[in-house]
Amino acid sequence: MELKSLPLRPNSINLLSQIHAMHCNIKGFRLFPAFILAFAILFSSPLVKADSLSTSVAAPDSASVAAVQGEAMPKTEHPAEKSEKFNAGEMIIEHISDSHEWHIVGHLAIPLPIIIYNTQSGFSVFSSAHFEEGDYAGYRLVKNEIVAVNEDGTINEARTKSSFDISITKNVAALLISVSLLLFIFLSVASAYKKRAGMAPKGMQSFMEPIIMFIRDDIAKASIGPKYERFMPFLLTVFFFILINNLMGLIPFLPGGANLTGNIAVTMVLALFTFVITSYSATGSYWRHVIAMPGVPPWVLLILTPIEILGVFLRPFVLMVRLFANITGGHIIILSFISLIFIFGEMSTGLGLGASPVSLFFAIFMSCLELLVAFLQAYVFTLLSAIYFGSAVEEHHHEEHHHEEHAEGAHH
Amino acid sequence: MELVKPAIGLLFWMVLAFSTLLFLLAKFAWKPILQSLKEREDSIDGALETARKTKEEMAQLRSGHEKLMAEARADRDTILKEAREIKDQIIAEAKTKASSEANDIVARAKEEINTQKRAAMAEIQKQVATFSVEIAEKLIRHELSNDDKQKALIAGFLKDVNQN
Repeated sequence: MELKSLPLRPNSINLLSQIHAMHCNIKGFRLFPAFILAFAILFSSPLVKADSLSTSVAAPDSASVAAVQGEAMPKTEHPAEKSEKFNAGEMIIEHISDSHEWHIVGHLAIPLPIIIYNTQSGFSVFSSAHFEEGDYAGYRLVKNEIVAVNEDGTINEARTKSSFDISITKNVAALLISVSLLLFIFLSVASAYKKRAGMAPKGMQSFMEPIIMFIRDDIAKASIGPKYERFMPFLLTVFFFILINNLMGLIPFLPGGANLTGNIAVTMVLALFTFVITSYSATGSYWRHVIAMPGVPPWVLLILTPIEILGVFLRPFVLMVRLFANITGGHIIILSFISLIFIFGEMSTGLGLGASPVSLFFAIFMSCLELLVAFLQAYVFTLLSAIYFGSAVEEHHHEEHHHEEHAEGAHH
Repeated sequence: MELVKPAIGLLFWMVLAFSTLLFLLAKFAWKPILQSLKEREDSIDGALETARKTKEEMAQLRSGHEKLMAEARADRDTILKEAREIKDQIIAEAKTKASSEANDIVARAKEEINTQKRAAMAEIQKQVATFSVEIAEKLIRHELSNDDKQKALIAGFLKDVNQN
């Protein structure tokens, strides 16, 4: 755990979220990620520093607290340091990061399959449980990253670079679970539509129908226009994918607990899909507007065109960062409130017990807020994707006759 | 910086899983769902449209009906009025006919009476003449014994007859 990089990390996210805030057209969402991250920095930085200040190690006396503390403590290769001080920053980062095992409670964790592809030696597949004893098959697990090692125990840099870790990590496992869940839900809803053709919806079908109708009528039709139909499959998939993973991320135990939509790789792929679909379905007039906005004087184009070209890439980038920052920020706050109990508990047991109701209240309050954010972020991602698709397929009517009506075209 | 560094493995699995999910849902879930939603909406729209049309037709029928009723009522009124007129006419005609016939009958009766009267008078005259002749005969037989007396008597009788 690089302690120095911790304050840097949220700062960079903060900057990104400010970039996104400029482009976000819904004012209410602008401050939210920034606010969450500011909170996160406030909480996590003093906690990390407190590490060096405190001297005594208070052993929590209640059994349940001990169990949770065990969970909070990184399950490292040093079982000797069991009474190590509680480190909130480390605990939080560990909880929101990906992992090669699915941690349940205390020292209990489900090992997950490790899959490594090496350009020379091909695939190596084995259980992550092998890393408990140290190096295995020429690889070593260092802070959730797999590095190749030589037989004498030194790190082999060349082989590390040519090895690609495509293991089923906690996030991949959660991804597969949520994908199967989505398939199960919507295939059964679809079969209900087939079975009950022409009849009123029932059960799960009637729960999903208003949401599907909302996405179709208020997101797709409203933002894309008459050509909305071909974007519906992506919009619906992305909405329900984000929603179900946001909600599962809020469940603190097994099928949930993975911070999938708060992972930059996941949001990057989602944003990439939006970007590819936007660029693929964009009309000639969209590209003309990007490269040379019609009806704009040439000297303005010198400034406008680079901005427009930047905007094409910035929009999906902002989508990626917004979802990542919102979900990660929410998780950090909840974990910070929980950490407070252990920080106070280390000072004195009584203080820890006294702080816990307050912490719990705030953690529950934040969880409720996160429930709202789960829906909100799924909605925002879908809506903004739809708006980008809409701008890509939009017909610019003034363009055909902008030669005659130059003045009118300019303020379109 | 591990938080903002996308992991290659997760990228790989995410692309794979999300594309598969997108493909499977698009083909087997969204297509039938959106289609049946559309069909249902179309059928509801159709039903509403039909209801609206039927309502219009009903209104039209009702107004046609009312027109027919009004016409029938007017027809009935005119027919009744005509019938009443005809009745009055018939009664009036019958009255005039009856009175004229009565007059005729009275006139005929009077004529008949007159005829009968004349016939009776003629008969009476005839009878009187006969009686007179018989009386005269008797008298003549009685008086013819004396010529003078016969002649005076006949003259006297004739005088009386002429007076009558």
